[in-house]
Amino acid sequence: MAERAGPGAVLAMQRVSKTFGGVKALDHVAFEVRAGEVHCLAGENGSGKSTLIKIATGVYSADPGADIRIAGQRVAAPTPGLARRLGIAVIWQDLALFPEMTVAENIAFETLLGARPRLASQRRLRETAQRALDRLDVALDLEAPLRRLPIAKRQIVAIARALVGEAKLIFMDEPTASLTQTETDHLLAIVRNLAAGGVAVVFVSHRLAEVLEIAGAVTVLRDGGLVGVFPTAGMTQSRLTELMTGQTFDNAVAARDRSTAAPVLEVRGLTRSGEYQDIDLTIRAGETVGITGLIGAGRTELGHTLFGMTRAERGEIRLHGRPVAFRSNKDAIRAGVAYVSEDRLSLGLIQPQSIADNLALPVLDRLLSGGLISPRRKAELVDSWIRDLAVKIGKPDDPVSTLSGGNQQRIVLAKWLATEPRLLILDAPTVGVDVGARAGIFAIIRKLAEQGLAILLISDEAPEVHFNADRVLHMAGGRIVGEYDPRETSLAALERAVYA
Amino acid sequence: MMAWLKARLGAEVLGLGLFLVLVVLVFSFASDRFLTAANFGSVAVQLPELGLLTLAMLLPILSGGLNLAVTYTANISALTLAWVLQANGGPEAGFGAFVLGSLLALAVGGAAGFVMGAVVAYSRAHPILVSLAMMIFLRGLGEYLTRGGDISGFPDFVAAIGHGSILGVPAPLIVFLACVLLWQILLGRSRLGFFTYMVGSNIEATRYSGVNTKRALTLIYTLSGLMCAVAGIVMMARFNSVRVGHGEAYLLITVLACFLGGVDPFGGFGRVTSVLLALVILQLLSSGLNLLGANQHLSTAVWGLFLIAVMVLRFGWKRWIEMRRNGT
Repeated sequence: MAERAGPGAVLAMQRVSKTFGGVKALDHVAFEVRAGEVHCLAGENGSGKSTLIKIATGVYSADPGADIRIAGQRVAAPTPGLARRLGIAVIWQDLALFPEMTVAENIAFETLLGARPRLASQRRLRETAQRALDRLDVALDLEAPLRRLPIAKRQIVAIARALVGEAKLIFMDEPTASLTQTETDHLLAIVRNLAAGGVAVVFVSHRLAEVLEIAGAVTVLRDGGLVGVFPTAGMTQSRLTELMTGQTFDNAVAARDRSTAAPVLEVRGLTRSGEYQDIDLTIRAGETVGITGLIGAGRTELGHTLFGMTRAERGEIRLHGRPVAFRSNKDAIRAGVAYVSEDRLSLGLIQPQSIADNLALPVLDRLLSGGLISPRRKAELVDSWIRDLAVKIGKPDDPVSTLSGGNQQRIVLAKWLATEPRLLILDAPTVGVDVGARAGIFAIIRKLAEQGLAILLISDEAPEVHFNADRVLHMAGGRIVGEYDPRETSLAALERAVYA
Repeated sequence: MMAWLKARLGAEVLGLGLFLVLVVLVFSFASDRFLTAANFGSVAVQLPELGLLTLAMLLPILSGGLNLAVTYTANISALTLAWVLQANGGPEAGFGAFVLGSLLALAVGGAAGFVMGAVVAYSRAHPILVSLAMMIFLRGLGEYLTRGGDISGFPDFVAAIGHGSILGVPAPLIVFLACVLLWQILLGRSRLGFFTYMVGSNIEATRYSGVNTKRALTLIYTLSGLMCAVAGIVMMARFNSVRVGHGEAYLLITVLACFLGGVDPFGGFGRVTSVLLALVILQLLSSGLNLLGANQHLSTAVWGLFLIAVMVLRFGWKRWIEMRRNGT
């Protein structure tokens, strides 16, 4: 890797270590990016990606012994201000923009920073912002308040802001996490455009297909150590996964024929205007039905109705042959429906509260003894689920936010399995979950199906439903427009249908 | 030993306990009248009024809200009791009238809380606005009904309740401790208590978990209103009169007592025991200063300073923990 060092390096880091209270987050890592390169930084959560970015941008200081050079110049102790002046910018996943300010103000914001107070000239702000957008070849309404823009456009605003600061290297942290395929393609085109103009881009993404498409080289970290730097030419997703996790996963279609089992859920002609239309759907005991489609296809909305959060205007829902009309999700839970939300951070779990309390919340009634919560029963519940799902935790009293994405998702699953559901709705269950942890979660889901649980798997990632569902439904514009049997249809055919 | 105590009680209670010891030590050196039965007796009499109102404030804060109407809900409830007593002969009213009046007072306090809770839960209006509106309504109503004056002339046993004692423990203190115990059980062991913390941290995630959060919020404010009524009855017995505006100065102190007791201002976290300790510290501070000859207003100022000091100390403590964890 050392032979890559050369005059073209925008950023060259050698022997970077970082210790947090005795834990080595990074251990002698080297990282280098050259001008005009799109470089991917890959690794699971906790592998040290964010720590490395924070050291490069001066948020953290590295342990003594590190050698950091920006544009060939040795920087003893980078600070955020210094890194910025030397042309290193970061676009964090949450973008860090100002929702109430206009597009122009957001883009040109940094030109207003300085030691001396100055008056802001709206005209100059607009000109600066327009120049940045021109470089990206994008047209946006400069006067629109940012909060009115969809997330994909905000991403572009964040990139334009980095360009205004004369960035030579832009770190992008999970930039496509909330984008649709079309928006992602557009973003990738912009990134290529930037690279062609000499700007280096470091791309961090969980979506490996995207990584291999956009990046020329990938630096892989695992458990704080450097695995290596690899060209993406000739690299496959499964090889990259193996490098990141140190394990091999075989992606095989898991579909089985469940057409003889008794139906658990039967939906006929379900309609809620503006959300979904004429949905017919049957899920049998032990069957996993996948629904895929673009964002806005009505998948999540359908899930909400099945979980009693909203009511359909027309149509019928039957559980075990009996028609049901849920007044709230409380009714649905009682009838044996559980729903794992796509938004684990703000809806799936109560992040600041303890692991134990999160697990106990939906089944509190069962922990009562003489009208009061029995601490003994609660501890038993928590212990047994943590053991069953092999969740790695410190103490049950620790806040759930201290867990990794994969372990948090196991807690969500445990919390819902504790309600003893007969229909489990999984809405994007692996968002923000590592490749390795994903395999663990699907292993759990498969075991549940074996035990006779009916599962509705909603995901915008076609491969996820292709490999894990027994049948795949394609939803678009609120309707089910196609059905596929993963044993007969190839993944490529499904992807063509969904993303075309 | 310290580690054991910390594990048993939690850092917050331990910290406040040490503070309490410090306050007692400093004042017992400064004044030889501090460590006397008379002094602790007067603390025991003063503690319940502020304490009961603080308990009423605690639930809404834990749920991520606030109840600015606590003092006026207490006044209006007491007014209900006073009205029943007067209608039944004033000084000649019997104990039956007192019981009936107290029940009605609880009903009025609970109703005020219920209305606030229902509006907060269903209209999703901010609790500060809702309770502020309720506060203004109750104050205006109370002043209109009493023409701004005192209502007095109660039977003798009312004053006896306010100033009497059982086995040497003042009656109001017994009421207060019973309510503390009730809140302890409610928050520590009951469903509603559990929901209160969860709603305070993330109401939407709680709703997605199958909790009827609207009902929970309504109940939280109703219980807050009931506790206000208890406070109102105790205050009336102590002063032997009712006036709209009694205990008005306590309103913001109840909020601060909660924060001093380590309750998260944004909801979701806080314990009754810590709040109780915080209340005792505040009362000891003010009685100690009183013994040293400082006037009432100065001791209020010292409360303020003390609270600021606690916030700074807490901030420093957090930073220290973080720095130790990060090793920087």
